Amino acid sequence: MKTVRVLIVDDHRLFRSGVRAELGPSIQVIGEAEDVESAVKAIAELEPDVVLLDVHMPGGGGQEVLRRVLGSGSQVRFLALSVSDAAEDVIGVIRGGARGYVTKTISGTELTDAIIRVSEGDAVFSPRLAGFVLDAFASTEAPPIDPELDSLTQREREVLRLIARGYAYKEIAKELFISVKTVETHVSSVLRKLQLSNRHELSRWATARRLV
Amino acid sequence: MLPEMSEMPNAPAAFPRMVRPVSGRVVAGVAQGAAAQLRLDPVVLRLAFVLLTVVDGLGLVAYAALWMFTPKEEVKGREPAREWGQLAAYGVLWLALASFGWLTGASSGGFGMWPIAVGGIGALILWQQADPGRRQRWMSGAVKQVSTTWVRTGIGALLVVVGAIGFLAASGELAKARTGLVFTAVVVGGMLMIAAPWLASLVKELQRERTERIRQEERAEVAAHVHDSVLHTLTLIQRNAHDAREVARLARSQERELRNWLYQPKQDADATLAAAVRRVAAEEEDAHGVQIEVVCVGDCELNEGLVALLHAARQAMVNACKYSGAPVVSVYAEVEPDEVTVFVRDRGKGFVLDDVPGDRMGIRQSIIGRMERNGGSARVRTEPGDGTEVMLTMKREP
Repeated sequence: MKTVRVLIVDDHRLFRSGVRAELGPSIQVIGEAEDVESAVKAIAELEPDVVLLDVHMPGGGGQEVLRRVLGSGSQVRFLALSVSDAAEDVIGVIRGGARGYVTKTISGTELTDAIIRVSEGDAVFSPRLAGFVLDAFASTEAPPIDPELDSLTQREREVLRLIARGYAYKEIAKELFISVKTVETHVSSVLRKLQLSNRHELSRWATARRLV
Repeated sequence: MLPEMSEMPNAPAAFPRMVRPVSGRVVAGVAQGAAAQLRLDPVVLRLAFVLLTVVDGLGLVAYAALWMFTPKEEVKGREPAREWGQLAAYGVLWLALASFGWLTGASSGGFGMWPIAVGGIGALILWQQADPGRRQRWMSGAVKQVSTTWVRTGIGALLVVVGAIGFLAASGELAKARTGLVFTAVVVGGMLMIAAPWLASLVKELQRERTERIRQEERAEVAAHVHDSVLHTLTLIQRNAHDAREVARLARSQERELRNWLYQPKQDADATLAAAVRRVAAEEEDAHGVQIEVVCVGDCELNEGLVALLHAARQAMVNACKYSGAPVVSVYAEVEPDEVTVFVRDRGKGFVLDDVPGDRMGIRQSIIGRMERNGGSARVRTEPGDGTEVMLTMKREP
């Protein structure tokens, strides 16, 4: 199996070395960065397959890295990794271009799987992210502006529900009598809608969930 | 002219003796001292002095007398600077009033005196607004302050207008009125020129102070929270360092608590479903030391049926924690327009439903029975080696 080259971007050194130690043999950590500047530089120099991106960092955070790297036309794939459960952070970083969001409590094996999945161009949704998406797309009073982008299909909803219930992709496939590949397609499609939908309810919903 | 601004509201309840404060004085601190003694706003007294001076010079005499007979307040260190801007403003105002008096013969008790008096009071109140920022520092309660400021501005403006109209009516002649108007325009223009930069800096200072205060309050709240929860937990963890299970439990419960504090909307766990589900999960997590991941979609008010659903969900969580052997239990609650569904799932050892002895009340009574009695339904899916999932559904009342 091809090894996946990963760059870890996080401002906590302890956390970076912790992740390094936990990742499986199919992952090769090629570098680390601790803030927005060094991350942007390292991504340009090292051209990793996947960037493990912390959401909160000095200098603008993960969203700033996404903006600068993806804005320059790079095809690097990002997996956001954060302690935050705030809807604003989760939705924000996904809409910024990350292909997945997992919390730092994730186990080493699960993280390894998630990295491989992202490196293959698929999306990674944690149960919480799936819950957020269901919530955000459900809270619709106004009719969608673009029906293709602004609403989820029945199948996508079912897949997200199962993710929120704690099912792994393989279990979802078994449950719905579809292939794992189809599950991945549904999740990627939801990710695309999440990123491209202009529904302002999405951001409004995320902001409204924030607490003061 | 007259001493400065209101230290009064915060000053000690009563001066044993009238003194002339140094800080904030305009001339010698007489009006400020007297105001503190009488528990009035110094501006009122300043205004009185100015008017009395305009009318027949009495104010000047009174001020001089009080100045002579009142001791100066003792200050340590350097004396604060005099408020030259204030002084200039009161001077200009006095000049304006005196000129009006001279023009209309009002100072000797003529017909124009009352309009001038009214206009003068209004102008003074307006002018006095020039310094709310300084008062702000001495007085607390910013919001109230702002509203009273607006009220006073309104009253001041009204008085000025009444004074001007009264003046025109009394003098009756357009030619004279024109002179007066031109003069008024000059005076008001001058006052504005003096006050404008001041007002601008005041607004800035006010905003800065407010931001600073909010920041300090937030910091205090965070500090209090960290102290009450995080530091406390860290102490407990050190004390229980030998007990890995207890350490994990403490860390987990602290993490959950902090997360709720940071990210969850403040909800009443006795009133809404999502908050109640989270609370139940937290309690069982603490009781059994098994991680329970909760995801909620939508929310609604609790009612009798949903409380029964909660009890059943709790029982399902307890079962999963106690018997499944799985390290993580997933709870998913979704509120739909017509029904509420809760899933409790583990990837533990599972069991054969029909093999559960009839005297074990957990699943049959506390979960399935309870849901059916309350008009809902429960479905248990399990297989040995394949985990367990309990699905609870309750119709929402119309």
